[in-house]
Amino acid sequence: MKGSGVRWALLLPPGLVLLVLFVVPVLMMVVTSFRPDLRGGPFAWGWEPTIEHYQSVIQGGDFLPLLWTSARVALLVSFLACALAYPVAYYLAFRLGRSTALLLTLLIIPFWTSYLLRMIAWKIILGSNGALNSFLSFLGLTDTSAPVLLYSRSAVVVTLIYVWLPFVALPIYAGLLRIDRSLLEAAADLGASRFQAFRKVTLPLSLPGVIAAFVMVFIPTVGEYVAPILVGGTRGALYGNIIEILFGDGINWPLGSALAMLMLVGVFALIVIAARVLRVGRLIEAVER
Amino acid sequence: MISRFRVLPAYYVFLVVLLYLPLMVLLLFSFNDGTALSFPLRGFTSDWYEGMLANGQLLGAARNSAVVGIGVSTVATVLGTLAAIALVRYKFPGKTLFLMVAVTPLLVPFLILGVALLILFSALDVDRSLLTVGAAHVVVAIPYTVLIVASRLVGFDRNLEEAAYDLGASFPYFLRRVLVPLIAPAMLAAWLVAFTVSFDEFVLASFTIGREPTLPVFIFGQVRFANRFPQVVALASVVMILSLGLVLLAQRLQSAWTRR
Amino acid sequence: MSGPSVELVGVSKRYGEVLAVDDIDLAIDEGEFFSILGPSGCGKTSTLRMIAGFEFPTSGSLRINGMETAKVPANRRNVNMVFQNYALFPHLSVKENVAFGLRVKGMEASVIDQRVAEALAMVQLDAMHQRKPGQLSGGQQQRVALARALVNRPSVLLLDEPLGALDQKLRKEMQFELKRLQREVGITFIYVTHDQEEALTMSDRIAVMNHGRVLQVDDSANLYDRPVTKFVASFIGTSNFLPGRVVGVTDDLAEFEVADVGVIRARPVAPLSEGAMALLMIRPERLRLAAPAHNDNSVEGVVEESVFVGNDVLHMVKLKDGTVFTIRDQNLGPEARTAVKIGDSVLVSWSPAAAMIVSD
Repeated sequence: MKGSGVRWALLLPPGLVLLVLFVVPVLMMVVTSFRPDLRGGPFAWGWEPTIEHYQSVIQGGDFLPLLWTSARVALLVSFLACALAYPVAYYLAFRLGRSTALLLTLLIIPFWTSYLLRMIAWKIILGSNGALNSFLSFLGLTDTSAPVLLYSRSAVVVTLIYVWLPFVALPIYAGLLRIDRSLLEAAADLGASRFQAFRKVTLPLSLPGVIAAFVMVFIPTVGEYVAPILVGGTRGALYGNIIEILFGDGINWPLGSALAMLMLVGVFALIVIAARVLRVGRLIEAVER
Repeated sequence: MISRFRVLPAYYVFLVVLLYLPLMVLLLFSFNDGTALSFPLRGFTSDWYEGMLANGQLLGAARNSAVVGIGVSTVATVLGTLAAIALVRYKFPGKTLFLMVAVTPLLVPFLILGVALLILFSALDVDRSLLTVGAAHVVVAIPYTVLIVASRLVGFDRNLEEAAYDLGASFPYFLRRVLVPLIAPAMLAAWLVAFTVSFDEFVLASFTIGREPTLPVFIFGQVRFANRFPQVVALASVVMILSLGLVLLAQRLQSAWTRR
Repeated sequence: MSGPSVELVGVSKRYGEVLAVDDIDLAIDEGEFFSILGPSGCGKTSTLRMIAGFEFPTSGSLRINGMETAKVPANRRNVNMVFQNYALFPHLSVKENVAFGLRVKGMEASVIDQRVAEALAMVQLDAMHQRKPGQLSGGQQQRVALARALVNRPSVLLLDEPLGALDQKLRKEMQFELKRLQREVGITFIYVTHDQEEALTMSDRIAVMNHGRVLQVDDSANLYDRPVTKFVASFIGTSNFLPGRVVGVTDDLAEFEVADVGVIRARPVAPLSEGAMALLMIRPERLRLAAPAHNDNSVEGVVEESVFVGNDVLHMVKLKDGTVFTIRDQNLGPEARTAVKIGDSVLVSWSPAAAMIVSD
């Protein structure tokens, strides 16, 4: 019944899959980042490990600023998405009435439709022949020469916020739900106005949910390269685009791996910090028991 | 104070309208008689929908996504369930490590994962195909399936297992007749989530795709072809309506199950 | 069948560092309603689980119907258990829950239907067979759990504090129900509880456990009148104790020296040797707030408190050495009530036959 054979039989299939398709590839990428080139194919031996790629990234003029810009874009998107989603999450969490689940679902449904299509929708709307421009010129407000907003970094930011907004609302909503309502009653009892109660009780207690949401948007956005291609134009390119090119037409896998590693390290640093803040350690202890 | 609380519902409506607007625009243009997606609208036509149905490539890509999605969901749900059972009900060394590894795919940008898998497949000399896409999707679906099934298992009454043995059941009988039926709703939810993750996934697919495209990859490739694009928009509208229907169905199932 | 239904010889159970069950012997007769009574952590549940087969003894022999079953897994024993939280399968109807054990054995559908109907009728739940456990009250769930166990016709039924989650009134009703059921079915019931009143009401015999050891196995009357140790005496009902020393033994009586009282004669529950330190035990209802009659022993004290509890009056009297005695006086009406006030000096007396000597 509780034979040890059972637990290994259970762990082996998922463990093997994760090992071969996740752990090993990432390790291989790490290794590749230290190769001078891919001569001899991926399994060649006898090459000298080198840090030239890392050096060219750190010392060269282009990559780091772009990484920093991409990080800023990701931060901006995450921050704005959370800020814009917060009032909605708050409204749903504190709302009385039976249709709250329906309202929540209504909010989430756009997220379940293809994000590619939603980005393309924005491309259509923002383009020079696009809906927005033609609508405005139809109203006589502008001429049809320059596309409004499209092909810029701002377009990338706006598009990404739009894509992630419904998703971000969920963890914030969950965090707000968990707040003990009697704490707010206690605050009122002690003389706090509704705004003060919000600022001193609700807001701080909702932060774990907000931080979780923030991290959940930030991580994918750091590596975002599709939005820049669709709506970013030349000025909107991000760090992810460089990596994509290096693994595509501009073949330089070792350099690309080095760039990817730097991004990975940055992301993991953020996760560790966020985990500290969210006290994930306790969650894991609970699972261990 | 009262005004603030009227602000919130208004804000909600505003945001939801904003979210659906581009989708409505897409829907609108799928009926537009003309390839330029701009105002003023030219006329109503269902040509694009007809064209979509005749477009073998388009439908093929949709079918590929569906097939991959079903395969990925099923595999990921099974693997996730096995892992969840092991994590929740057994002690073993390295449990924390295993849990972290199982969840980490969620924390890695797909670009990096895609690139890493590209390296792996080329090293193993594996041809890229829908199978490799499926493999990539399984990896990123597993965290979801593990977490969904595990959270159901955590609330599972331990005594039920002993009661089953007390009544003469063997471990396999217990699994079949007690454990699995009770976690079935969670497994279904996990399946649906995994399917959603896979069906719409673009980044990993584009790095691991072979000659047969999945739908997102196909759509991305068609963006430049203005004259064929409306068909893509038509398909997008269909997919959107379908996924809406699927989500509402899942909601219905969920509430029906909990009422039981 | 000759021999005991369930027999434990020298059974111990160790969990890592903790010795939960310490070398116990039990012999439970067939058709007996046997209770294991003790405070939480005393080892009673571990003992029950070993009989059920969910744990195996670390050492010792466990025989069920004469056959050694210590290492036989639970699903192969002809023993069934009613769990404390009922453990009904939430996804199965009442009927399917009860039928579970029969289906495992692969019985024919018609036989199963008949046996399930019988079992449900026995616990008076015939109308509920289509419902799910979630739709039943606590008391109903409990009866389903009973039916589910009994339908398999086990030789022994184990009950792990099954009435704990029920309210007072329901609990009392179920106690009589269980007793009636046991007589009707005729099999051995082993009942674990920490509630001494419950055990006394239902059981033919009771084993009192503490710290993993069995202190005494006896029927209710003997446990009450002749407790072997201080623990048993205080766990079952209330007791008053006076420490003292054995100064002589004659036949089945002992000379017992108690400070402030002198040497008195009393009966030791278990044989004691001269010079042994022990306790004189007297039940509250055997004490009187009055001057000693004829052969009575007595002791001085001051009344601390008098509590009216309906059919009785309880007096707390503090003795010279600080011990507080509890005296239970029958309430024979306001006229007959002893006119005792707080602060009064009184004499507490008892007849020699009312006191017993118990070990610590």
